[in-house]
Amino acid sequence: MKRILVCTKRVIDFNVRVRVKPDGSGVITDGVKMSLNPFDEIALEEALRIRERGGAEEVVAVTIGPADCQQQLRTALAMGADRAIHVVHDGGIEPLTAARVFMKLIGKEQPFLVLLGKQAIDDDNNQTGQMLAALWERPQATFASKVELTETTARVTREVDAGLETLEVDLPAVVTTDLRLNEPRYVKLPDIMKAKKKPLESLPFAELGVTAAARVKVVRTEPPAQRQKGIMVKDTQELVAALRKRGVI
Amino acid sequence: MSRILIVAEHDGAKLNASTAKCVSCARSVPDAEITILVLASDGAAVAAEASRLAGVKTVLRIDRPENGHALAAILAPQVAALAAPFTHVFGPSTTFGKDLMPRVAALLDAPQLSDIMAAESATRFRRPTYAGNAIVTVEVDAGVKIVATVRTASFEAAGADGTAAVETASADVALPTHTRFAGVSAASTDRPDLQSAARVISGGRALGSADNFKLIYGLAAKLGAAVGASRAAVDAGFAPSDMQVGQTGKIIAPELYIAIGISGAIQHLTGIKDARTIVAINKDGEAPIFEVADIGLVGDLFSIVPELEKLLTA
Repeated sequence: MKRILVCTKRVIDFNVRVRVKPDGSGVITDGVKMSLNPFDEIALEEALRIRERGGAEEVVAVTIGPADCQQQLRTALAMGADRAIHVVHDGGIEPLTAARVFMKLIGKEQPFLVLLGKQAIDDDNNQTGQMLAALWERPQATFASKVELTETTARVTREVDAGLETLEVDLPAVVTTDLRLNEPRYVKLPDIMKAKKKPLESLPFAELGVTAAARVKVVRTEPPAQRQKGIMVKDTQELVAALRKRGVI
Repeated sequence: MSRILIVAEHDGAKLNASTAKCVSCARSVPDAEITILVLASDGAAVAAEASRLAGVKTVLRIDRPENGHALAAILAPQVAALAAPFTHVFGPSTTFGKDLMPRVAALLDAPQLSDIMAAESATRFRRPTYAGNAIVTVEVDAGVKIVATVRTASFEAAGADGTAAVETASADVALPTHTRFAGVSAASTDRPDLQSAARVISGGRALGSADNFKLIYGLAAKLGAAVGASRAAVDAGFAPSDMQVGQTGKIIAPELYIAIGISGAIQHLTGIKDARTIVAINKDGEAPIFEVADIGLVGDLFSIVPELEKLLTA
């Protein structure tokens, strides 16, 4: 079956103002709204559009994390994923471990395309897709703003510093998605009801035979340094004077 | 001692300014010996430029025809093949480095630290998370090779008075053919480069149209400034995506940053908070941009910008 695997992560919702715990041990997550990582939502939307135009037969959404992650997988199913796989693991894992887990799922599912967000908005690592492509020994096309498929290749437009770059890659391949690839659909109530009946498989992390590397430890979390309060000027003449005074023009 | 390998970013002819910032980051690691790796189809000019960066001991140069375009799938096996004697492998946190370095890390079975903003020791680094809302200090286990991308806005460029030796190297690895460069559409290059410009003027959604956005170009020309845009302005089609400043666009640290008609979403502020002087012009006095601005002016940009241009001409 022509299958797309979409790798997702549960993160603090995009609209939440993240606050650091006073003791520096992390950020406050108690009672904070959690969501699908927005870049992964874009990846899922792209997979669904490919399926809807007949370019794929099945879309499988996967995630790694504690029991609560099933909420986000249900959201993915409500958006239109055919089924979901939850690799159950408590606590954080490093991107290379996540890539190894996804590699096991690739072995099981044999997708022709793996889509995921270019980064998760919690750790902002921007690593997992590239690492997965390396382990798989397959092409990567990161920061995608356009994806065009043929039977054997993908033509991907990438948002890079110099402008828009286009790569042609052989399938199977890993594509990581940027903001402007698409606008994810809203989930409607009947879809949420339907999603409850879709298959969601739970796999204990320990059964995959992946060792969780823990070589990077967070020793301290702090709020960023604040800038000093500035001045307000009342017109352009004052503005130019203030700029001259600071020696910047 | 730390032995740090830096992967040079370049366009085939010139070194990208991000490489000199990586060198400064590497120099902040205690007792570091620094090597720069130039992967190109003909890296003579780039390697010569890299050899002048202050604090660099050696420049390694691999010339292969496949290196004509910076494709991660092609470059990563070569970097990994040369990485054995090094304790750290650094690249810039530009789209080049973000694409390449995790692929290198996976080939080396090494952890990667993204966007490092300070080195506290050879194994302890600071980096931003949550769009810059939480800064973490991380410690990597002793003896583990560290791959990292360097947040270029956090470092000054290294000087150009160095005298490193240039050596030709080779990486005896098979390169894949599954990834092919098909083209690039670059934005106009007659203005200063956004990422290295001393002055940047950005426009936001309040400009209202691509046509009105020309106001920003006019003022920028007057000040010799690069032009940026907020995500909202890019999404609305007023400016191309390579102009986007912010967490998912470019993170910059100019001497002067002028935000015009930009409300200042946290993702935008993340991209500019290292600017020396921030000026905000916005009609909404409550806009969050004023919380970080050194100089704020509340008013209608469509009258302020032309006035400003006139005053700067006088």
